[in-house]
Amino acid sequence: MTPTPISINRPAVIAVSLWVGLLIGISRWVGLQSYHWFPVQASTAAPLVDGLFSFETAIGTFVFLAVASVMAWVILRHRAEKYDASDAEPIEGNTKLEIIWTAIPFVLVMAIAVYAMKVNTSLGVLGPMEHIHLADAREQQGGYAGDRLPAESIEVVARQWSWEFRYPEAGVSSTELHLPVDQPVTFRLVSEDVLHGFFIPAFRLKQDVIPGRAINFNLTPTRVGRYRLRDSQFSGTWFAANQADVVVDSQEDYQAWLKQAAHLPLQAGISDAVAEYQQRQQQTRTPGWATVKPAPPPQVNVPGSNALPHDA
Amino acid sequence: MTTTPSLHEDQPQLSWTRYLGFSTDAKVIGIQYIVLAFFFFLIGGFLAMIIRGELLTPPADLVDRTVYNGLYTMHGTIMLFLFIFPVLNGLNNLLIPTMIGAPDMAFPRLNTAAFWLVPVFGFLLIASFFVPGGPAYSGWWSYPPVSIQNPLGHLISGQSLWLLAVALSGVSSIMGAINFVTTILRMRAPGMSLFRMPVFCWTALAAQSLQLIGLPALTGGAVMLLFDLTVGTSFYRPEGGGDPVLYQHFFWFYSHPAVYVIILPVFGVFSELFPVYSRKPLFGYVYVCLASFIIVGLGLIVWVHHMFPSGVTMWMRNLFMFTTMLIAVPTGVKVFAWLGTLWRGKIQLTTPMLFCLGGLINFVFAGITGIMLATVPIDIHVSNTYFVVGHFHYVIYGAAVMGIFAAIYHWFPKFTGRMPYEGLGKLHFVLTFIGANLNFLPMHPLGLMGMPRRVSSYDPEFAFWNVLASLGAFLLGVSIIPFLLNMISSWARGPKATHNPWNAIGLEWLLPSPPPVENFEEHVPTVISRPYGYGTGLPLVEHQAEIERQLILQEASA
Repeated sequence: MTPTPISINRPAVIAVSLWVGLLIGISRWVGLQSYHWFPVQASTAAPLVDGLFSFETAIGTFVFLAVASVMAWVILRHRAEKYDASDAEPIEGNTKLEIIWTAIPFVLVMAIAVYAMKVNTSLGVLGPMEHIHLADAREQQGGYAGDRLPAESIEVVARQWSWEFRYPEAGVSSTELHLPVDQPVTFRLVSEDVLHGFFIPAFRLKQDVIPGRAINFNLTPTRVGRYRLRDSQFSGTWFAANQADVVVDSQEDYQAWLKQAAHLPLQAGISDAVAEYQQRQQQTRTPGWATVKPAPPPQVNVPGSNALPHDA
Repeated sequence: MTTTPSLHEDQPQLSWTRYLGFSTDAKVIGIQYIVLAFFFFLIGGFLAMIIRGELLTPPADLVDRTVYNGLYTMHGTIMLFLFIFPVLNGLNNLLIPTMIGAPDMAFPRLNTAAFWLVPVFGFLLIASFFVPGGPAYSGWWSYPPVSIQNPLGHLISGQSLWLLAVALSGVSSIMGAINFVTTILRMRAPGMSLFRMPVFCWTALAAQSLQLIGLPALTGGAVMLLFDLTVGTSFYRPEGGGDPVLYQHFFWFYSHPAVYVIILPVFGVFSELFPVYSRKPLFGYVYVCLASFIIVGLGLIVWVHHMFPSGVTMWMRNLFMFTTMLIAVPTGVKVFAWLGTLWRGKIQLTTPMLFCLGGLINFVFAGITGIMLATVPIDIHVSNTYFVVGHFHYVIYGAAVMGIFAAIYHWFPKFTGRMPYEGLGKLHFVLTFIGANLNFLPMHPLGLMGMPRRVSSYDPEFAFWNVLASLGAFLLGVSIIPFLLNMISSWARGPKATHNPWNAIGLEWLLPSPPPVENFEEHVPTVISRPYGYGTGLPLVEHQAEIERQLILQEASA
């Protein structure tokens, strides 16, 4: 990065080229490292998101290191001598450089945006506005080729502070979300009180749940395991405790789970908030400040668990 | 505390008690803003210490969950509305009139009123800790329906006081913005055309224009929320046919540009200080000036990037991703201009320069994570996680607060007449730089791993990075001690400052330190060249040598 055209100095050109080469190498390496900063990839969206992030990490690392190199060079080599209060050579600007450093970032960010838009299209987690409405979820095909209709439609009910999952076809309800691996799923997200966020980090997907709307949301799990579903839109006192587990099963296990669950009687599902609230009420002096009372635990066939070790 | 004897013969002795009462002098109001802002900064910082103490371990064990939610809400609210906006308005008050050669602000009494609203809404906010039920707990965004749940059902609740305070803050800022914009446009010294104006004034003009455009949306949105909360209207209430997402549009239409209101003047500070301590003109002055207004234009059409997971349509997601990405271009122009200014300069690593360099590198980091957040698929994963918390703390603390510290150290001699201590200043810088990075860098891996923001407890796999972040936060808490020591002791008995201790170019450096009440009074110099003429040998104003000679004579006889 040389702001002024100085007479071509061959050793300097070689040194700068080598340095830029080294920075490119480091940036590529950091870009590859970035895959390890995420939880395991458990949905079709995850590799797309991680790939895009890796690409931006590599570019970002290069930009950061280049700026840092210039700053380090200036601090090390262009320091005023002690007691030298004189001015430096006045360089007021350079129109050619201004054009270059306007054009290059422009092209770069537009390239990133176009790449991201393509990823967006292939994700297709949320269709156009018509898909956010109060209609039956099974009418929707958002994000899927015609031959891959979602096999399952699951209703997700968010409350202060619990998650309830209903499987209308099987007549099952649960506070632990079970999904078949490699099968597209459609969720119908509804909230009974405030905003919540449906966020499964291993799937790299998130959608706010908005009271007064039903939002259809599609995804395809790709890895068997147990993952966390976290509330991601602040929902009040027990927001942090509003977590559920997502269990991705093989096809057979999933069908077996559904079949077994259908025979179980309704019972109280998981609500950590209700348990904590009851403890709180038993204390002689209520600690802290005012809170909304948690909704009663949903009545479900399978409470499941949110205390087992999870993959992500 | 002593006051320096005035250098103007016709100047009455000024008592320090003028800082305690109603004053219409912009330089008094400026210091009132800054001192009051730092008072609230200590309160907001104390809340941050409790927050990081709670997050040192996974369970919610230090404070009750309701208390945690109140604390993080008040931390954000105090830091934004009672620290950063007031401290920047303080700098505006000190710098704008002196930099453009005006005797005062255009509307001095409006200025006084705008300032005195700050302690009023500050008192309301702090008082909300003591009302039944505790303070607001719905985050500084105050998204409905959580913010209108009102568990106790009282008319006077933490949330209603919060909304009143935010509305008053909006009124105060609008009053300030009218004043700053008018002063800059109407009261410049003879010869100071817009393209001879210091970049700080350009950025202040840009930022305050944003306030004028954006604040009515937020203030109106907040008043509607107050009505929903207190008198049962249904603007945002879904069961009454309202739409909670509508509030998010009102809120972010202002609150995203608010980030530019904060960062633009800090860009102005960088643009003022890099030339002084590199002894070189600002590289590409005109482009840097214009870039501020391109940021204003783009900044008004990016707000939906805060709402990508809120259920907005795909075309909106894509459109706002493109506009947000474009912000990188004018911002890049500025960053490269600063690097161009540093290049082949004669760098002096003074305290203000160190804060500028640290702020710049932190800002570059924040800019890169900003691009990532603009990218819809990445944002979907990391929005509302600690990745965002890390990003904006890099912007606000890593860049903006560092830039504000740089400005305070740089202009301290001008407005107090005393020199700050370099040793304490450098210690303050080192602690701040290490503390900020240790505090905010670990938040990025946490966010990528999926730790939501605003949680009072978390899963054990997040413990490692949280411990590091908490240690960084405690270090930041310590870092404020040398700063306060420096400010108090050097103001009380630091070495006397000359009119231009940094050998800087600018109208404010052609005034005595501290400047008299009316600045240049009727002897406003005529500006004959662009600012930052380091190394060019061109004088900034007519009869510059004569003005400087008189100042030196006054200083010698004082």
